[in-house]
Amino acid sequence: MEPISIEGTTKTPIVKFDAGSGKIEIKGRSIPENSIEFYRPLVDWLEEYSKSPLDKTTVNVQLEYFNTSSSKCILDVFKKLEAIHKAKNEVVINWYYEEDDEDMLEAGEDYESIIRVPFKMIEIVE
Amino acid sequence: MSFDVHEYFSKLNGGDVLIAYKGSITTDLINNVLEEIEDKMDGVDEQAKIKKKVYNVLVESLQNLYHHIEELPEKLKDDFESKFGILVISRENEVYRISTGNFISSEKIKFLKDKIDKINSLSRDELKDMYKFILNHQKLSAKGGGGLGLVDIARKTGNKLEYTFQHFQDDYYFFNLDVYISEEN
Repeated sequence: MEPISIEGTTKTPIVKFDAGSGKIEIKGRSIPENSIEFYRPLVDWLEEYSKSPLDKTTVNVQLEYFNTSSSKCILDVFKKLEAIHKAKNEVVINWYYEEDDEDMLEAGEDYESIIRVPFKMIEIVE
Repeated sequence: MSFDVHEYFSKLNGGDVLIAYKGSITTDLINNVLEEIEDKMDGVDEQAKIKKKVYNVLVESLQNLYHHIEELPEKLKDDFESKFGILVISRENEVYRISTGNFISSEKIKFLKDKIDKINSLSRDELKDMYKFILNHQKLSAKGGGGLGLVDIARKTGNKLEYTFQHFQDDYYFFNLDVYISEEN
């Protein structure tokens, strides 16, 4: 599978999906007006990856900001990961948040309560 | 006499104004405002988490505007640009206020008013549940809005959403929403 590598912009995140290493990374800002367009290829990629995933998939999500339009798309991404996990493959979602950013921690906890995949909440201390 | 949008805009322009805009709400405008507020907030002596909250809430407010603005009918259009909206961000006594305004047709008022009143009646935990329910059960609309914006704003600010609907002309009203971000919450 071809990896995905997308540079970040002021409104969209850095994305690195690599089937070879089982590493999935979303980092930066996700505040586009229409997020479906941005996330559709990512969800499609995960759908394909879920057919023959590695034994272990590591997901790193490190967002500075995300809007509510993205929040639904991020849930779609997590639902694909949940399916991989449900099929008895190891999946870990590392949810990074900046020191004192309680909103971002809480957002991670919201996902954790919806998605049946182990989450690790990781505080970034500067 | 019908509601005077421009006079109203002038009144909002009190206190320590960071950004005041009236005109078309476009993607470019949103990008410019976000860039400008980020530059301005960089120079302000303020807690990082408050700066972040202001930015977050501003993104939602602007995108709500962008997705929900209604065009006025031709005969009322003369004085207003297409996709007309207003935005004023100000600070007074360490409280940030983000005011947005747009035209709305009368048949949509009830839905919006009920939604805001409902949000305002909920506790912090109830808002969290509502957010999670919408997140998990409702599809994104074709416009891209998810019905989550106002809930998210209420959660992040911890304050009530203040609003007015003022009659403009015929079936058209001007909807104004004031969102407050303060340190205690």
